[in-house]
Amino acid sequence: MEFRITDRDIDPAALLRSLGDTRAGACVTFEGRVRQQNDGRGVKSLDYEAFVPLAEKEGMKILDEAREKHAVLDILCVHRTGSLALGDLAVWIAVTAEHRGAAFEACRYVIDEAKARVPIWKKEHYADGSTEWINCATRGPGASGAAPA
Amino acid sequence: MKKSVRVSYFAILREQRGLGTEQVATEASTAAELYEELKTRHGFTLPGTRIRVAVNDDFQPWSAEVREGDSLAFLPPVAGG
Repeated sequence: MEFRITDRDIDPAALLRSLGDTRAGACVTFEGRVRQQNDGRGVKSLDYEAFVPLAEKEGMKILDEAREKHAVLDILCVHRTGSLALGDLAVWIAVTAEHRGAAFEACRYVIDEAKARVPIWKKEHYADGSTEWINCATRGPGASGAAPA
Repeated sequence: MKKSVRVSYFAILREQRGLGTEQVATEASTAAELYEELKTRHGFTLPGTRIRVAVNDDFQPWSAEVREGDSLAFLPPVAGG
């Protein structure tokens, strides 16, 4: 089990090799990628920033919770920091389990909780040259602090 | 008496402050008082209700006491994934 913040490109093939386990009948992976639009605005690139020691600590807590709730064998989650281009991998999660149900559910739990709790921030750079820290607006529709779906 | 603490800012707070980490001398007794002091001094836009605080690399309640030598981090609403 590992939750890691990295400023390097994520290499899923290499990460998957570390999850080899013949007890596992299932391996579910999730890729979060940089999307070209958000809330109807054209996105050019993203910056991610993290409070690394606490992000890794809170991330590990989430993995422990996922393992308590679901019968999984191993979980690996890697999240990027730094400047990312469209299509780049921002977050990658893999869960191995004896059976697929637990693997799917644990994977969903990890990404949902990570988005809500781990101290990582995202700044979007838009096609019109403007920028915005997501969820940090103090006026307008995002000002309630509600996270986008 | 003033205490010396290390304060870290992230994301929008880091940009509004113009730096990521600084040493601050303060008479604030709680993390909440320290944030209000710094918010006024630097014009931070986010109210304390939307921020979380970490003391010495762990989440803490706003009522956490500020002690000499502490490291405090002010954390805007997160947006990973």
